[in-house]
Amino acid sequence: MSHDHGIVVPAPGAGFLPHTVAHHFDSPTQEFQSAKLGFWLFLATEILLFGGLFAAYFFFHQVYPETFRLGGQQLSWKLGALNTTVLLISSWTMAMGVRSAQTSQKRKLLIYCGLTLLGAAIFMVVKIIEYKAKFDHGFLPVFGGTDYDQATHQLSWFKDYHNVMVGVQNPSLFFSIYFTMTAIHGVHVLVGAGLIIWIMVGAAKGRFHANYFLPVDLVGLYWHLVDLIWIFLFPLLYLVP
Amino acid sequence: MTTNAPAMGVATGSHDTVKKNYLEISKGFWSWAGTLDHKRIGIMYLIGVSLALLAGGVFAMLVRLHLWKSTGVLFDNATYNQIFTLHGVFMVFIFIIPAIPGSLGNMVLPLMLGAKDVALPRLNLLSFYLWLSGTCLALYAIVAGGFDTGWTFYAPYSIYTNQAVVSVGLGIFLLGFSSIFTGLNFIVTTHKLRAPGLTWFRMPLFVWAIYATAILQVLATPVLGITVLLVAFERLYHIGIFDPRLGGDPVLFEHFFWFYSHPAVYIMVLPAFGIISDLISVHSRKPLFGYKLIAFSSIAIAMISFLVWGHHMFTSGQSSYAMFAFSFLTFFVGIPTAIKEFSWVATVWKGSIALNSPMLYTLSFLIIFAIGGLTGVILGALNVDIHLHDTYFVVAHFHYVMMGSIALAFFAGVHHWWPKMFGVMYSEFYAKIACALIFVGFNATFIPQFIMGSRGMPRRYATYVPEFEGFHQASTIGALVIGTGVALMVGNLVLSIFTGKKAMQNEWGGVTLEWLSPTPPPLENFYEQPIVTTEVYDYTTLDLRTTQTPCS
Ligand SMILES: [Cu+2]
Repeated sequence: MSHDHGIVVPAPGAGFLPHTVAHHFDSPTQEFQSAKLGFWLFLATEILLFGGLFAAYFFFHQVYPETFRLGGQQLSWKLGALNTTVLLISSWTMAMGVRSAQTSQKRKLLIYCGLTLLGAAIFMVVKIIEYKAKFDHGFLPVFGGTDYDQATHQLSWFKDYHNVMVGVQNPSLFFSIYFTMTAIHGVHVLVGAGLIIWIMVGAAKGRFHANYFLPVDLVGLYWHLVDLIWIFLFPLLYLVP
Repeated sequence: MTTNAPAMGVATGSHDTVKKNYLEISKGFWSWAGTLDHKRIGIMYLIGVSLALLAGGVFAMLVRLHLWKSTGVLFDNATYNQIFTLHGVFMVFIFIIPAIPGSLGNMVLPLMLGAKDVALPRLNLLSFYLWLSGTCLALYAIVAGGFDTGWTFYAPYSIYTNQAVVSVGLGIFLLGFSSIFTGLNFIVTTHKLRAPGLTWFRMPLFVWAIYATAILQVLATPVLGITVLLVAFERLYHIGIFDPRLGGDPVLFEHFFWFYSHPAVYIMVLPAFGIISDLISVHSRKPLFGYKLIAFSSIAIAMISFLVWGHHMFTSGQSSYAMFAFSFLTFFVGIPTAIKEFSWVATVWKGSIALNSPMLYTLSFLIIFAIGGLTGVILGALNVDIHLHDTYFVVAHFHYVMMGSIALAFFAGVHHWWPKMFGVMYSEFYAKIACALIFVGFNATFIPQFIMGSRGMPRRYATYVPEFEGFHQASTIGALVIGTGVALMVGNLVLSIFTGKKAMQNEWGGVTLEWLSPTPPPLENFYEQPIVTTEVYDYTTLDLRTTQTPCS
């Protein structure tokens, strides 16, 4: 594709790179608005994707309330609250990063992105600690063998070493939903972290500044979505039961 | 249509790359595989979905041949299950859903909007490669043991049966995101890249239809994505959400699946409506009757179609109140659909009809879709459905919509825009014969299925009671006629690229913007930015020079 006749958005000063608008756009505004609209639509699809999981959660919560009550008690609300705080703060640092890009403050942009990345790392470490504790209790809803009929009959893969879920119906179901939802959310945290690293590489080169900050803006939106979904997951899984 | 319509052949661009058409501008494998040009991506989709259609067609042929005798001819029962599953998966997910938006939508939508490309060209290329990856996973699944769940993947059977369900499920996840990104791209393109003067109510109805489709693609497909992902988790880890032995609920799967797959019917059929609306106006040389009604009915269908999924589950154990509501809404969605059908017929009335091959396909569509739509209303009635569900009546109904309507509209669109895409004309004579064969063969295939179904022939069975043998054989002969027609059509089109005569810039005398663009279009579609000053489908503004100038 020839980009030779795209409009060039100048750099605001030394240390920054100019941006060439893609050839099929008539103006930088048109490019900005198109990407923004497209990204909002993408976020809508993400919410709908999780919507299916939330629907499953509410359905089974209604069918097996006792399972969900006991299951929820096995989760550490303190670790959950810690992670909620970490993500909320990281949402703030991300917003400050976008602000820094908009005001052409390269160093600040890098620092705020770095802090957001740190938040993502803390979140994942806490998540691993939580997962490890669940595995140790024998709550792993994963069956690795092949004799499926036999295993299902005895629920032999759901060990429940401390017998805390005795007497409720289908005790594994709560943990299935917990692991599925948090794991898919965790994948989003990792993708978000990757995007932030990509932003930092570009920022170091001076690609983002007051005249062109679109990618920073979009990654910011993505990170807020990751945060938002957790804000729903935390009370539903840790507190409501 | 525009104030600055350049006469054909008068290039206003300053240098060669502006003048060269999109097929000639660069050569070599990577100039196609890495292209960001919506027209080349459209052509790649066209080739891809056509191959998928042929594969799906071969599987259909095998099914029909097997059913020649009541005891089954070709396969054992397990293989038969795999063959009809492959037919369904290839036709639904790999052919029909991406067919019209991916190929014709990509090719024509930006041209109709007077834009240089779609808004997000990189995402467009990504959509194509997601489609290709999803298709490859489905092909891999065939080698890795096959799958026999039917295209609906109903739990719990899809959880217990052979292993390849995971790879085909992940394939459908990728195909879903391909569809989502295509829709997203078209929404943004329609909002942001319309030519100056091209207001919403000056947009061709094909654009309206693709836009309504895109809303469905973006809002419904993610639910399918999470559903197939959960089935994959179910198989890999036994999370138990859909597995009754672990406390899960298979009916929940059906709700999830049909929450997507009913709107998916409209993801498939709305683009077909768009093609028909546009073609019927051009080839009747008349503005569309009820333009706004058709435009709004597309949006209405898109909205209501989210609320009717329960009509696929009348026998699955829902509350009777839910059944009542779903049945009512199913009748209700028939209203905007009927508005379209009546508007099309009213457009043809007293028109100056040109009976060329795109119009023949269009008229065939009108007849077949009327039957397909009305039998849908019959199935939407609760008590009748209890009798007809899971019979060949249902099979015949949705083939009237999917194959008879959508595939025929797709063929109509391909014939209509073929001269614009490649700058050549196919043989009209053979195109018309192919259309006649497909139309006759189609009805011969599926009318017997309506009769069999109403008499109780259940769908998906590899063998059947001997009294249905006559109907099945008629159906199989019909399918062979369709196959002959499709082979003739494809041969005629492909041959035209090498031997066809040069097409006119405006082969059919259309007044939408794509006919203002040179044939075939240059990389950025127009030598100058078109500006729209007249209303849509206004044939008094037709620039006759463009209908008489062959492309360079
Ligand atoms: Cu339906």
